Amino acid sequence: MSLELRDIVVEYRGAHNSMVRAVNGVSLTVEPGKVVGLVGESGCGKSSLARVASGLIKASKGSVLFDGEPVAPLSWQRRPRRELGLQMVFQNPYSSLNPRRRIDAQLLDGVPADVPRRSRRSYVLEQLDRVGVAPDVAGRFPHQFSGGQLQRIAIARALVTRPSVLIADEPVTALDASSQVHVVNTLTQLVRDLDVGMLFISHDLALVRHIADTTAVMYLGKLAETAPTAQLWSQPGHPYTSSLIAAIPQVKAGAGLPVALAGEVPDPANVPTGCAFRPRCPHASDECTREPELWPHRAGRSACWLIHPGTEIPVRPAQPVA
Amino acid sequence: MGELLSMSGVGVSLPGLHRPVDVLKDVTLDVDPGEIVGIAGESGSGKSMTGRALLGLLPDGARVRGSIVFEGTDLAAGSGKAFRKVRGRRIAMVFQDSTAALHPMLTVGTQLTEHMRRHLGLGRRDANARAVQLMEQVRIPDPARALRSYPHQFSGGMRQRIAIAIALAAEPALLIADEPTTALDVTVQAGILRLFDRLVREMDLSIMFITHDLGVLAALANRTYVFYAGRVMETGPTEELLLRAQHPYTGALLSARPETADTGGEPVPLRPIPGQPATAASSPPGCPFHPRCPDRVAVCDQVTPPLVQVSATRVGTREAAHAAACHVHAPAAPVPVAVPAHREGAP
Amino acid sequence: MTRTHSSLTELTEEQEAATVTPSDDPAAPRRRWWQARTEASRIWRQPVVVVALLVAGAWLVVAIAAPLLAPFDPLQQSSDVYASPGGDHLFGTDALGRDVLSRVIYGARLSIPLALTIVLCALAFGGLLGLVAGYVRGIIGESIMRLTDLFFAFPQIILAMAVAAAFGPSTLNAVVALVIVSWPIYARVIRGAVLSIRSEDYLNASRMLGVGPVAALRRDVMPNSFGPAVVLATLELGNSMLLLAALSFLGLGPRPPAAEWGAMIALGTNDISRWWVSVFPGLAILTVVMACNIIGDALRDRFDPQSVGGR
Repeated sequence: MSLELRDIVVEYRGAHNSMVRAVNGVSLTVEPGKVVGLVGESGCGKSSLARVASGLIKASKGSVLFDGEPVAPLSWQRRPRRELGLQMVFQNPYSSLNPRRRIDAQLLDGVPADVPRRSRRSYVLEQLDRVGVAPDVAGRFPHQFSGGQLQRIAIARALVTRPSVLIADEPVTALDASSQVHVVNTLTQLVRDLDVGMLFISHDLALVRHIADTTAVMYLGKLAETAPTAQLWSQPGHPYTSSLIAAIPQVKAGAGLPVALAGEVPDPANVPTGCAFRPRCPHASDECTREPELWPHRAGRSACWLIHPGTEIPVRPAQPVA
Repeated sequence: MGELLSMSGVGVSLPGLHRPVDVLKDVTLDVDPGEIVGIAGESGSGKSMTGRALLGLLPDGARVRGSIVFEGTDLAAGSGKAFRKVRGRRIAMVFQDSTAALHPMLTVGTQLTEHMRRHLGLGRRDANARAVQLMEQVRIPDPARALRSYPHQFSGGMRQRIAIAIALAAEPALLIADEPTTALDVTVQAGILRLFDRLVREMDLSIMFITHDLGVLAALANRTYVFYAGRVMETGPTEELLLRAQHPYTGALLSARPETADTGGEPVPLRPIPGQPATAASSPPGCPFHPRCPDRVAVCDQVTPPLVQVSATRVGTREAAHAAACHVHAPAAPVPVAVPAHREGAP
Repeated sequence: MTRTHSSLTELTEEQEAATVTPSDDPAAPRRRWWQARTEASRIWRQPVVVVALLVAGAWLVVAIAAPLLAPFDPLQQSSDVYASPGGDHLFGTDALGRDVLSRVIYGARLSIPLALTIVLCALAFGGLLGLVAGYVRGIIGESIMRLTDLFFAFPQIILAMAVAAAFGPSTLNAVVALVIVSWPIYARVIRGAVLSIRSEDYLNASRMLGVGPVAALRRDVMPNSFGPAVVLATLELGNSMLLLAALSFLGLGPRPPAAEWGAMIALGTNDISRWWVSVFPGLAILTVVMACNIIGDALRDRFDPQSVGGR
């Protein structure tokens, strides 16, 4: 069972009644057992896309297909059973677990109906065990756990419905470095063991590299590039991807200062014409005033005029900016 | 040695529920003029407390032991008057959250000039001229217009630049930057790091850069101190420290960090640090890292290891020591206690 | 309003870390739980709060044990009118020679349960409407909120007087009138709490698990809006007592000769030189209301630790 996003557009009303397009025509597919990493800077629309994909908000245009059927946006009514296989792990584990309920009770809520009444509790403990939470702490309240433990509990809760697709929206951003690694390893393990598809959303390209099979890079509501992760790192097909890679501080001999990107992310209410990355792009040319499409580039696709005829892009942008 | 700042044996305790709670223990640290010193550690390691202790911005009832000598004066001695004299003037600070550091209802220009007129005694005209100059220095486009704008009209990266300009307004000798880029995107972070690097070269300024990201320090800091549970675990010239880490904690931090170098094939799997981080208050006896340490030996849970020099490298004009607080990898000459016979696994 | 962990400054994280030990070892969370309790119990150890709790407790005892404590029958008239405090009548006697102390003691039996009834009824009614208005929104929610606006447009006491006067003076009518005028504030507060919970991810998460609307309301929304409701109810307890006294004072509450504090004050105002007739019931109202307010404040601190200055 896969998750398919088709031409998703998310619009909201911004200041002065103008319509802001947070997401502008994004298509993605998450296959079982595969991790799709979605990377972008703040304000690029990746969180809006995550909320559309999980049905928490409604797309202005486009469709979300889960197992070939459209996903109904979440209303105050009960969620249809066939959609329960699509689950989400939220950014902040402190607010995604009810502070006033014991964690086993919160997990019991999602146990499928076919689990016999007598084994429901052991079923819940099994899920907790999967993420490395001991059964003897299952009766505790969320405040009795650390952030990393809570996020693993939140993952266990998502597993209770036996999901086939998980959407993880910045699941480790709120955590300490050492808990980050625990949670990331837990998620990767689950994808492999349970054949779950995962959309892993993060601002941290280096982290995504460790877990994603495919990485999609988003800029101002659109996909700039999508490619197998290894290729994205070794042969980025979009100057924005190169800039993101070059901006990551590295620990290595003679590591210089990371390369900064000129300018700032433009206001989503006022997106440049043509290629949205044009004003900051070190390779911008006249061609870029026309809007690029996602053209095939090696094993992936890139929305850049440079690759249109099949040219390769220098790994680093030219001028350092202070 | 021409040091700008020298902290020695600094301990800080805060009033706790039942008894005072230690947040810093026996921290010895120095900063030279024109140097960027990195302070690395996880939350609860005491790295932010170090910055706050320097500014005298500790919570009520905090007790400071040891000496904090800044420009020849011991700030820790006396009633805190010394702190008030240097705070904001000789030692300035930039925080993670620039929104909270800027007054939302005043223009950037007002905030900047008011600071200068108070601390430097400049007139309105001089202050305005200098404000424009500062805005250019931190690379804010169209300074005159920016000075008339309010903080919310800028992006996060630009606001952080403005906060830096305000911190620099009184021409401080030391700038404490507490996770100034943590809330920013990588591309914006890169710009701010370059700005810090340039400021140190252009001005008579030292920076203490506090962060949890060793990669940021690799790019920026001349020397680095690694904190854990309120103590310095390892210190040295940054490149030396990161490439030849002696302390297992530094090593663990590095292997928990996502690999960024182009390794060609598959990235190395991330290795989590086992157990939970200790804080100064909850740290076990002996080396605070011993419960999580793969290399621990019998002494580790009994004796707190001192910082022992493992090598010395020339950094700029001074000899910088690479030192670690570890019984195994940086043993002090005579082993302080008799080691029990069953010390298996020790090299 | 929403707590984001990442926005905590490191200072508080370190202080938190200093008091709390996160650990995998099973003893640690128990220690943490215990410390959370001492943290909370610190609020109850403030001297003012202790006094308030003692006062509230004392009044409850007085209300329950009134027949044992009162030296005289509160309705018993005697020829000894306007006796000064002291001697046989510790608080003196009123115009009809009734013992003021006994009337104050019996008044607790009337005023406290009535105030509790008003608060509970208004909480149930207003809380339910607030829950619905916050969770369903749309036309239903909007109508409820406009209705509360209508009530807020009038001063509470004027509205209560109008309603009570329309129904005719009696204890029951006074209570009904006060429930009618005081439910909107509960609806408001509960709706606000529900709205902030609506955007919480734990509610989203539980709806994604397939939890139905009623269960989500009961498990996720209600327990988390309980804190503000309890705080408000405690604060309102004092207010209700004041309003009830005011209605009685105006003759719209419990009918004479019932010993109700507000009515007793009204009697005393006939002759201010006989101060004891109104001062003692006044003091009774004052102490109960103040105790309620202090306890309400303490509860608010308990439920919202962020409002505690300096931990």
